[in-house]
Amino acid sequence: MDLLHFARGLGLQIAIAIFCLGVTWRIASFALLRIRREYSRPRESILKYMLGGLITVGSRSWPHREFIGRTGAGEALGYSYHLGLFAVVLLFTPHILFLQSLFGFGWRGLPSSVITILSVITLTLFLAVLFRRVTNKVMRLLSNFDDYFSWFITMLVMATGLAATAHVGGPYETLLALHILSVDVLLIWFPFGKLMHAFYIFPSRAINGALLARKGATS
Amino acid sequence: MKDVAAVSPALAPDVAGAMKGFAQEIGALSAFRLESCIHCGICADACHYFIATEDPQYTPIWKVEPFKQAYKRESSALAPLYRLFGWKREVTADQLAHWQHLLFDSCNLCGRCSLICPMGIDVASLIEQSRHAMFDAGLAPTELYEKAAHQQLTGQPESSLEPYRDQLLAIGARFGVDMPLDKPQADVMLCVPRTDIEQYPSAVAALARVMSNLSIACTFRSDGLIAENYGYFAGSKEWQRIISLRLIEQAIACGATTLLLPECGHAYTALRWEAADLYGKALPFRVLSVTEFLADELKAGRLKLAKAKDSKVTFHDPCQLVRKGGVNDAPRELLKAMSVQLEEMENHGGFSFCCGGGGGVIDIKQAAPLRYRTMEVKMREIDATGATTLLTSCSDCRRTFDDAQVHFNWGKKPDSLLELVASNLLQAGAVP
Repeated sequence: MDLLHFARGLGLQIAIAIFCLGVTWRIASFALLRIRREYSRPRESILKYMLGGLITVGSRSWPHREFIGRTGAGEALGYSYHLGLFAVVLLFTPHILFLQSLFGFGWRGLPSSVITILSVITLTLFLAVLFRRVTNKVMRLLSNFDDYFSWFITMLVMATGLAATAHVGGPYETLLALHILSVDVLLIWFPFGKLMHAFYIFPSRAINGALLARKGATS
Repeated sequence: MKDVAAVSPALAPDVAGAMKGFAQEIGALSAFRLESCIHCGICADACHYFIATEDPQYTPIWKVEPFKQAYKRESSALAPLYRLFGWKREVTADQLAHWQHLLFDSCNLCGRCSLICPMGIDVASLIEQSRHAMFDAGLAPTELYEKAAHQQLTGQPESSLEPYRDQLLAIGARFGVDMPLDKPQADVMLCVPRTDIEQYPSAVAALARVMSNLSIACTFRSDGLIAENYGYFAGSKEWQRIISLRLIEQAIACGATTLLLPECGHAYTALRWEAADLYGKALPFRVLSVTEFLADELKAGRLKLAKAKDSKVTFHDPCQLVRKGGVNDAPRELLKAMSVQLEEMENHGGFSFCCGGGGGVIDIKQAAPLRYRTMEVKMREIDATGATTLLTSCSDCRRTFDDAQVHFNWGKKPDSLLELVASNLLQAGAVP
């Protein structure tokens, strides 16, 4: 079995299994902890505070006017590379074909040239994100192995993918194998680190937003 | 009476026990919040301690770092891996001792950080929970610990020359207002901050005056008189429960349908939002702040207010009442009814900066230098309004601003919204 076969065969199967089991365990483990009941009288009706949760899912996508001067640039950078990442992952035709083989349906992708440009931009944003993390004193203090490794493995997936499509740095099959192997590693790492925020972000905003709305508090 | 000294802080902090307790008691919601953090550090930009100092240790989520460490090591989904590979070490006594400064001296529990997190994490609630573990570890600041210990035993945070009930009656006599005390039955039970009894007796008189104007059957109760809850500040859930229970039992005893809280921000959090959880069931009465109560009476047409004297007023929103408590419109409705010219601060309503004294910080001596530095953020905003009068609806905020007035030789004297209402009361049926 050569490297490419392993990467997209057994390697990918193992990675997907670890990803699925790990993510399920990370989420299910919360159910093992105590769930506290709220006895205080809510200020708002249940419908209103559920709506508050939904509104917070959207409203936290951008800072409030009061904070924008201090955080707007950082958040714009953060959202930009996420958007770039989504575009490259979900709108590149070979990715769509792969996802179609998994889920049974596909969609129209963007031309390769557009994806290449988006990849270069996203990679540049990734570097800017790392630069910010190591130069911003707050982020540097908060950062640990998880932050840097999660950045590294995502960056590696992006870089090897770009190298494979651009045929730069080695034979195509080797580059493709490295790209898929890096995806395997990313999937294996996913449930162990901060990449889990992909699953947490919307429930977190919704739950906390609903609890604040229950009090009529600012959200 | 029990000896307060018998419950002094532990000499040797029980860090291991407290951290295990924290991890075991954390609950699904707080665990989810801790797990959701992506280390973006944006919460720093909401915190007045960071804004004033640019010191990264004051980043709100960093203030719970040892507790995140303990949770991940002891009870998270990956806890066995963290322990096996030593990825998360045990929290040490030295580490936690340093965090006393971060959790108590440099956090007002104001909740502004909870509004900025892109993951939607309520960081302030994590800090409050971390204070519980600090208390359990024997690391609550002495000032808060002693007041909480005294209050849970005696009903008042400090001893006084005269019992507070006697002082309350003396205030009534001094201001010429009837103080309803220990009536067996009442629709509304009243309580007061001890800060008002000692420093702002006119606010106590104002409360009695507006209730008399509204002809509401109300009473103070000698055995449940004090609104403050130092158990909340110190991080003791059990003492917070005992202190809250005193008021709950008295409200039940007099058949009150409403427990009316005075101008005291943290009392609102402790009784409006947390007391029922500690009581273990829903409270058999409403809990309202006097500010929202008066706004309700105004809307119902029972409260009539005259036009206040012309002056430019700015209003400081107490964090616990407004941002965290949802009493945002009520103060502004009252001010509007008195035709007050309100000059809002740049950050107001739910986004207002804390006065700097909340969370018990005003009582912690070693916190004072940092508190003064932080207060300048707020004072600049107040000065920028050009207002001649500073109003608020929290006695601890008022005390903090009064302290700033002395410390900075600052030209703003904070006044009480309740007192402004009381001095502009019209009799029912009168035309404003």
